[in-house]
Amino acid sequence: MKYIAEYRDGALAREIAARIAAEATPGRRYNLMEFCGGHTHAISRYGLKDLLPAAVNMVHGPGCPVCVLPIGRIDNAIELAMQHGAIVCTYADTMRVPASGGLSLMKAKARGADIRMVYSAADALRIAQENPDRQVVFFAIGFETTTPPTAVVIKAAHAAGLGNFSVFCNHVLTPAAITHILESPEVRELGLVPLDGFIGPAHVSTIIGSQPYEYFAEEYAKPVVIAGFEPLDVMQAILMLVRQLNEGRAEVENEFTRAVTAEGNAKAKALVAEVFDLRKTFEWRGLGEVPYSALKIKAAYARFDAEARFGITYQSVPDNKACECGAILRGVKKPTDCKVFGTVCTPENPLGSCMVSSEGACAAHYTYGRFKDVPVKAA
Amino acid sequence: MCLAVPARVIELLADDEATIDLAGVRKRISLALVEGVAVDDYVIVHVGYALQKIDPAEAAKTLALFAEAKMLDSPA
Amino acid sequence: MSTVKRDYVRPVDFKHGRIDMTHGSGGRAMAQLIEELFARAFDNEYLAQGNDGALLPPPGGRIVMATDSHVITPLFFAGGDIGSLAVHGTINDVAVSGATPLYLSAGFILEEGFPLADLKRIVESMAAAARAAGVPVVTGDTKVVEQGKGDGVFITTTGVGVVAPGLNLSGANARAGDVILLSGTIGDHGVAIMSQRENLSFETTIQSDSAALHTLTAAMLEAVPTIRCLRDPTRGGLATTLNEIARQSAVGMMLREADIPVRPEVDAACEFLGLDPLYVANEGKLVAICPPEHAGQLLAAMRAHPLGANAAMIGTVHADDHHFVQMETAFGGRRVVDWLTGEQLPRIC
Repeated sequence: MKYIAEYRDGALAREIAARIAAEATPGRRYNLMEFCGGHTHAISRYGLKDLLPAAVNMVHGPGCPVCVLPIGRIDNAIELAMQHGAIVCTYADTMRVPASGGLSLMKAKARGADIRMVYSAADALRIAQENPDRQVVFFAIGFETTTPPTAVVIKAAHAAGLGNFSVFCNHVLTPAAITHILESPEVRELGLVPLDGFIGPAHVSTIIGSQPYEYFAEEYAKPVVIAGFEPLDVMQAILMLVRQLNEGRAEVENEFTRAVTAEGNAKAKALVAEVFDLRKTFEWRGLGEVPYSALKIKAAYARFDAEARFGITYQSVPDNKACECGAILRGVKKPTDCKVFGTVCTPENPLGSCMVSSEGACAAHYTYGRFKDVPVKAA
Repeated sequence: MCLAVPARVIELLADDEATIDLAGVRKRISLALVEGVAVDDYVIVHVGYALQKIDPAEAAKTLALFAEAKMLDSPA
Repeated sequence: MSTVKRDYVRPVDFKHGRIDMTHGSGGRAMAQLIEELFARAFDNEYLAQGNDGALLPPPGGRIVMATDSHVITPLFFAGGDIGSLAVHGTINDVAVSGATPLYLSAGFILEEGFPLADLKRIVESMAAAARAAGVPVVTGDTKVVEQGKGDGVFITTTGVGVVAPGLNLSGANARAGDVILLSGTIGDHGVAIMSQRENLSFETTIQSDSAALHTLTAAMLEAVPTIRCLRDPTRGGLATTLNEIARQSAVGMMLREADIPVRPEVDAACEFLGLDPLYVANEGKLVAICPPEHAGQLLAAMRAHPLGANAAMIGTVHADDHHFVQMETAFGGRRVVDWLTGEQLPRIC
């Protein structure tokens, strides 16, 4: 597969790994946060940690939109289906997230709620057109990558004068989350979490471009390297970060030049700006209230806002007391630091956001990496 | 970050759509978020939409960058 | 089946007719359906006995019995249908126990309103699969449920076979040093099915790999009677089957990703949907655990058979108290290939 296979070459990986080991200053630790869940997943799935020298410490960030979606918002989605009888269309990622009352979208479906998995926002629009006598709600989640498609369907619904379609908007923003982490007391003042640099998200950056990250590099003096999704991209980005740190630079570099420009995708950004406004604040599971970190539907398109149409009120639901997701999402703790990791909290029975999606730090470690926690004897 | 794959455009369709091909698997996707896409271009596809065109020159440069690691002195 | 008079008013309308409650009531309509469809299609000496149970000759060895229920949607897919799938699936369960499959039974639960044209197509497909495999359907049953209480048709098949003396295959037999072999490409069936599900539709030439594996297993056991275990990875994919064996045998496994055969199209479809081919269903593949000294021979025997053309050695068994199935990734790192969590769903993240 072109543009995929050549970025997964194992031999090249070993070369780059050798480079990283050679250039890492002896005795120095490089604490790098990969913001995006997709990168967390790639690191685990390809076993990248085995190739990196011990000097490089990967810290997992909160870039998983399913993980940071508050329980209360899933409750709202279930309410739309069960109380209001709407057809709720959702990406499959949300189906198994446990919500209140022992429910999840999957379980609500088993109880008769009309909840349908879709691959694309366009599918939700089509379902609305095919079912004119039913209300259809699209459960929109995701970072800046997934937001433009939602803008496209809202505009299409507007142009078609569709009266039975609305969107339950939970789109969130990457730079706001990065700021929140960097502003957290553990990082900024107490220096408890050494965070030396960031691997910037791949596909979010195709939309927003590399320019928005300049702020972090300047304000917090931390280098950012935007990396593609493939394992070689991640390795190369780590090498570039090690080099910046060695040279005392804090710049934004782009490893994913084949798809990311400084400006990003102007057309997509314009569409988003036309349809969405910033929410003053939004709750992120594990992080609490984060200012200017999420989007809501503009007044001009209010007809398509499910929260307005159905009078949905949000009720915050706290996480389990033993859950350490907040600390893990901010990079302060590791999955194995959590008392309930792998015992009460497992992918089958996730208590918190980090275990809920296969990209969450805990789920990734449990699924791909926990064998490293125990000594294994090979024959 | 989100799951997105690079795929080749094999046919342009009406309504701002296109057929893309990835190793023989074909899908109909929307081009509403991109401009100036031609047949044989590669695009990054996410949830049924093309997000961006892939720049072949930059892709080649990136691969060359990876290979650089080999040319520098490796530890014995 | 009791004998009924042959003075039916008119033959069953397979073109436009639909199942109704009378087809399950035990009366004339049911008898007519059985005679004109099931008996005619499956046609063999045991079914022709015309009794409620088939009287079979003594099997001449230890008996293996296996049963499966089939509830798949869609009913018809590239490379097969629920009928051929049912026949192949049960033959395979018997075959991987080391047995030669001898007879099948087939129970049908039909939904009121189900088109007879579809039923005919399914039954004839089953009959063709059974005939090609040389394993007759010797007895069966039909029931009808009200509309809304069944997904068109559910089929339950049971198979019996006989095991040659001295053979002792079991998922508990794997031991450190054994070689793990796979008969061919993984993920074909699951991808073929998914490509037809609405809201996920993509075009592909991938067909289900649904096939009867008993002639392959026979050839394998003849070449290497010391095979420890055979199993066919269906729902949950290769990963689930290997985890099951690892747990049963209380061992660990180390796989090599680069050696696991996957068709490029299956890889591509899994990329699109965010799925891992290791967890995608198969219906015509098997896994063999073999003592290391005979692995080369076994591989050769598999590759000599049309259903094992892409067979490969994919890993080894080792001692491990935690029973982890691990994998060396093609990239050079290591990861765990864990049990499947719930159902594998396509993802956007």
